[in-house]
Amino acid sequence: MDGQRLLPAGVDETIALLARGDYVADRALGTAVHLALAMRRPLFLEGEAGVGKTEIAKVLSRTLGRRLVRLQCYDGLDLASALYDWNYTRQLLEIRLAEAAGERDKERLARGIFDRRFLIERPLLQAISPEGGPAVLLIDELDRADEPFEAFLLELLADWQVTIPELGTVRAAEPPVVVITSNRTREIHDALRRRCLYHWVDFPDAARELAILARKAPQAGERLARQVVAFVQRLRQIDLFKTPGVAETIDWCAALAHLDATELDTDRVDHTLGVLLKYQDDIARIRGEQAAAFVAEARAA
Amino acid sequence: MSAIAHGSGRLPQNVMHFARLLRRAGLAVGPGQVLDAIAALDHVDLGRRSDVHVALRSVMAVRRDQWEVFDAAFSLFWRNPDRDVAEAMMAALEGLRRAPQPARSKPGHRRAAEAFAEASRCRTGSAPEAEKTRIDALLAVSDQERLRRMDFEAMGEAEIRAARQAIARLRLPLDSVPSRRFRPDRQGPRADLRETLRKSLRGGGVLVEIARRERRRRTPPLVALCDISGSMGRFAPMLLHFLHTVASTRTRTHVFLFGTRLTNITRALRHRDPEAAFAMVAALVPDWSGGTRIGEAIGRFNKDWARRVLGQGAVVLLITDGLDRDAGAGLAEAMDRLHRSCRRLIWLNPLLRYEGFEPLASGIRAMLPHVDDFRPAHNIESLEGLVRVLSAPAQAGRTAA
Repeated sequence: MDGQRLLPAGVDETIALLARGDYVADRALGTAVHLALAMRRPLFLEGEAGVGKTEIAKVLSRTLGRRLVRLQCYDGLDLASALYDWNYTRQLLEIRLAEAAGERDKERLARGIFDRRFLIERPLLQAISPEGGPAVLLIDELDRADEPFEAFLLELLADWQVTIPELGTVRAAEPPVVVITSNRTREIHDALRRRCLYHWVDFPDAARELAILARKAPQAGERLARQVVAFVQRLRQIDLFKTPGVAETIDWCAALAHLDATELDTDRVDHTLGVLLKYQDDIARIRGEQAAAFVAEARAA
Repeated sequence: MSAIAHGSGRLPQNVMHFARLLRRAGLAVGPGQVLDAIAALDHVDLGRRSDVHVALRSVMAVRRDQWEVFDAAFSLFWRNPDRDVAEAMMAALEGLRRAPQPARSKPGHRRAAEAFAEASRCRTGSAPEAEKTRIDALLAVSDQERLRRMDFEAMGEAEIRAARQAIARLRLPLDSVPSRRFRPDRQGPRADLRETLRKSLRGGGVLVEIARRERRRRTPPLVALCDISGSMGRFAPMLLHFLHTVASTRTRTHVFLFGTRLTNITRALRHRDPEAAFAMVAALVPDWSGGTRIGEAIGRFNKDWARRVLGQGAVVLLITDGLDRDAGAGLAEAMDRLHRSCRRLIWLNPLLRYEGFEPLASGIRAMLPHVDDFRPAHNIESLEGLVRVLSAPAQAGRTAA
């Protein structure tokens, strides 16, 4: 297992590990991640869009030196696209070839057809198959999948093995590190929650958001970053349809830096508000007077 | 933190006490979670109170809305986890859980009382009752007919009771939409290659028959938003009965009530006994028979709930008379957004019973352009009509009334 590193020994080491992957975690999140790694439990993360839930899995895969397997969930996700499928075209071809060669033995034919060669591994099977070493499995936006899939997942998370009727059982040599995320477009069932370590990822406070900007948008000047953070933090206090997440802050700061801004000014803010706010109602409400007031506050801070 | 730092022997016990406390506060903490919590404490520094806090929370409070209760319980319990203190605390927290259910007669009581009253009435008037029986039997059919037409508003107690029973018998046959899952179907439009291959191998590798499959169908979520302001008067309780029936027979149903504010009563309605359910609802809802701010209530729904319950093609049932205290302020925008975030928006209006009803109130005029279907909801017949609409497949084009 080249490049693969040991799991961190404590909460501080875990936070340091995440920091090496440019992820600035607060202590609560660091504790939850540490527990998930130490207890070998799936980590179930909920929170607003854009607070960095998915990013955790990516950073863990990078810093632990494990391969990342990602399963993006959607309504109607079925086993053929989540677990495995057979390559039917090649199988049919194989049957033709066998017939041409005069093969008559049913048993041998079946064995030849349902062979590992013709198996298409989908993310869940990839994550537990021993080839390629231990994985980090990211099950993204589980709330988009439907209830039957959740029930199946429950079984998989308990045993870490999959039975393929035609082939046999595949078992994970080492269970993958699992990160499950949800945006709460549907409530995930309690049964699944209990098997996981739960953490609600909140918006960061000003100091942490500034630290994030320093890593993720280093091209922006210190003063600009400080004012951007003050502006966004103020924006989160009012009742918007969609509160901007950290991802939006990073994008916005990068956009302003791209426009050669060294500090906030009303014009640039008005023109780039679409990077930060994603609904017309919100933009209409903030643009102009409100934005000007926040800019003044941010510059004074 | 002194108690935790003391030898580890007492720690599991304290975690168990703490779990009992959480259960009393209304968190469903199972024995598995207690074991997990004890295991989790092995991996954190017991000297750091905040780490212990987060570790226990990530195992024992698995929903964001449980965190407030958990945090309160944690700060109380781990300050001094003595048994006596814990007991006192439990008593205190008992109040925390009971708060939404003020002391009142048990749900079954009223029905029991009603049943008893009926029995005693029969006993006193048994002789004339017997004579009337034959005639009653003849009248029975038309009686039911009358009940179906009668306004909820014009009904007396006895009629309301009968209406309730009729509503309880209403079943919502399930409207369905195609899902992306498949089931085997001989006449299905798509070939099932996996099954075809298996079959052909049974026959020695010759493709004999192509197996086919069809999309599975399932019911979309139903979200009901019901107005309980003063102008809805008598309709609201009846409609609540209807919603309880629907919620208990159909999966993926969410019910919200609104007057001047919005309350989610889905969990309360899940109680099978209607009276127990309504007692919980009554305790949850602070604004019975007050004014209505429809625009604000729908706006709140759009912000807080729409993205959580309107996924996967939901049908929204909006039950209101459209009489708005704010004279339609912000209503059109809120309705527009609601309309665009669901698959089908049906407005039930009890005012529609008056012939020659004209949408004069500004609220009604603001809402009308944004609904797919506009229906009456003032008697059982109209509810039956609604059941038919909900079970019919959705039309391809949207028809605004």
